[in-house]
Amino acid sequence: MSTNRDFSRDGTFLIDLTKCTGCRACQVACKQWNQLPAEQTVFFSGEGYGNPPAMSEYTFTRIKFRDYQKNGQNEFAFYKEMCMHCNEPACASVCPVGAFEKTDLGPVFYKEDRCIGCRFCMIACPFGVPKYEWSKALPLVKKCTGCYERIREGLAPACATTCPTAITYGPRDEMVELGKARLLKNPERYVQKAYGYTEAGGTSVIYLTALPFDELGFKQVTKRALPDYTWDALRLVPGIFIAAGGGLSALAWITHRRERLRQELEKERAALAAEEAKEDQE
Amino acid sequence: MSALRKVVDEIRSYHWFVNTMIVVVVIGAVASMVRFVYGLGVTTNLNDTYPWGLWISFDVVTAVPLAAGAFTLGAIVHCFNIKQLEPLVRPSIVTGFLGYSLVSVGLLLDLGQPQRAWHVLRYWNVHSPMFEVSMCIMLYTTVLFLEFLSPVAEKFGWNLSLRLLRWLEMPLAIAAAAISTLHQSSLGTFFLIAVDKLHNLWYTPLLPLLFWASAICSGICIIILEATACHKWMGEPNEGDLLRTLSKILPWTLGAYLALRVYSLVFFSQGPFFNRPWLTLSFLLEVGVGFLLPFVMFCMKSVREHDGRRGLAAGLVVFGLVLNRFNVSMFGMMDPLNPYFPTVIESLVTVSIITAHILFFVLIAKYFPIFEHHPETVDYSLPSRAGKLKGAPSGS
Repeated sequence: MSTNRDFSRDGTFLIDLTKCTGCRACQVACKQWNQLPAEQTVFFSGEGYGNPPAMSEYTFTRIKFRDYQKNGQNEFAFYKEMCMHCNEPACASVCPVGAFEKTDLGPVFYKEDRCIGCRFCMIACPFGVPKYEWSKALPLVKKCTGCYERIREGLAPACATTCPTAITYGPRDEMVELGKARLLKNPERYVQKAYGYTEAGGTSVIYLTALPFDELGFKQVTKRALPDYTWDALRLVPGIFIAAGGGLSALAWITHRRERLRQELEKERAALAAEEAKEDQE
Repeated sequence: MSALRKVVDEIRSYHWFVNTMIVVVVIGAVASMVRFVYGLGVTTNLNDTYPWGLWISFDVVTAVPLAAGAFTLGAIVHCFNIKQLEPLVRPSIVTGFLGYSLVSVGLLLDLGQPQRAWHVLRYWNVHSPMFEVSMCIMLYTTVLFLEFLSPVAEKFGWNLSLRLLRWLEMPLAIAAAAISTLHQSSLGTFFLIAVDKLHNLWYTPLLPLLFWASAICSGICIIILEATACHKWMGEPNEGDLLRTLSKILPWTLGAYLALRVYSLVFFSQGPFFNRPWLTLSFLLEVGVGFLLPFVMFCMKSVREHDGRRGLAAGLVVFGLVLNRFNVSMFGMMDPLNPYFPTVIESLVTVSIITAHILFFVLIAKYFPIFEHHPETVDYSLPSRAGKLKGAPSGS
């Protein structure tokens, strides 16, 4: 299903986690812009005391804390969880009603008036991003909108606007260049890889980190665009339908013709035998 | 009042087991209503890390291949022209029709917005396996309904429609097989997107093909089981001779499936395979007891010709299929740190869906000519007042 669309001008987040201070202003800004209610928090929610404990229908982005030791000192590392806005999103490809759309501006936008609530997007997303309104009788899916309404009007996303240090927002090609330049300029500061260039076929969120990705809780995902995996099978559907229908029709025609011929032959033989018997009598 | 009286008396006359099943179905229907009042979060153990549970794993992913007998037998009888098996077609169509109707019920319960189910017809997304399966299920349920009309028309003596349906049998059987091939396999395509989630023992690009091949095996086995059970407990005629013929097909289909399975595991899958003991056990049970053992059994004439042993082997295949679908859609997808176990309500609803299937089958078999159907004895000619059509060639 590889699309030929050019993603280089898509709005992209470059998130430099070595510059993140863990202030969580992005979390607050996201809640404010999207009018999301607060969540019940617990003091010890796991490593780093981060709250809320996970992304949810009320929390589209969240700073994850990681404790580690460097030169005998306790250090914190951070990971801003959010929708990755994939170039070729798995959620958009599996949705039976096309409720997700990769917009030309970059964000993967969810059209809630279409959604039938089947949760296939949640199964398909390699990053575990779409969340569900479990408490409602007729639930919908919730996820980071990439602030589509803001960037459509020329503003930057809420979290990127509010972040004092770590998030840069701009066209994808420029963000990729910027990321590469930073890795070159300060090689000792970063692991020499960025997350998002090729993950799941490339995403509109790119991370630079000091710690290896898996230590921060990044998911190891395939480099191939996910829709290609199902499309490999689905593209055969029309052909198989025609082959199965046509093949069985042909088979039926042959077997029935053979039977008809056999019956005719029998009838002829019977008639012949009857005639012979008649002649014998005469 | 007298009509109601009659219905009550009729129900009273049923076997106690049938009445028990009615009670279970009613309880399940009430339990399913809880989901619409309190939401999926309260009624199920689903959450954001495990969004598809028992209702998808059994009511959809497993129930569809279990209802595959109708298309398999239709193709065998009408396309391969093995006419002697025709008396088995009607029970399998009733099973299929009930199966697919109940799949739709299960799916509607599981959808967040069931009132929008028609959106699938409005907003097409041809890249979605779910779209493909939904369209096929809608189409195929219609086909099964038309096929199911035959015994209804026969019961009420609607000769014209009976004749028309007889003429349509072949095209419908071909449509059924083509549509089923698509959605049985596309159910496997669902899990191709779960690249880094489904365990290596089951993740293979050939999953759609494997789903289709195993559906054919289980479809045939369900027919064998059903006919054996109906003979034993419902006093229906013994179709042993026909089942013997039918079970001759199974070594081939099961053999092909097993060969494909090994081939895909060796050439298309990547390890590590045996890193989780419970999954390894489940895999061995599924392939060993569920497919390999019945394959060996069906290869033996003594098994094929013995009603009990044949039924047992067929039961093993059904067990293997159910375990396979659960391995793919549930056990293999589960995060070991976040195990899922269905709630009482989830289980109750699924149990009552299975019960409803058996109940409706028994009732339909009671009131409609499902088992007595031997086409050579049915009068497909038209009554004389439609005489003009009388000379029309029959499609049989």
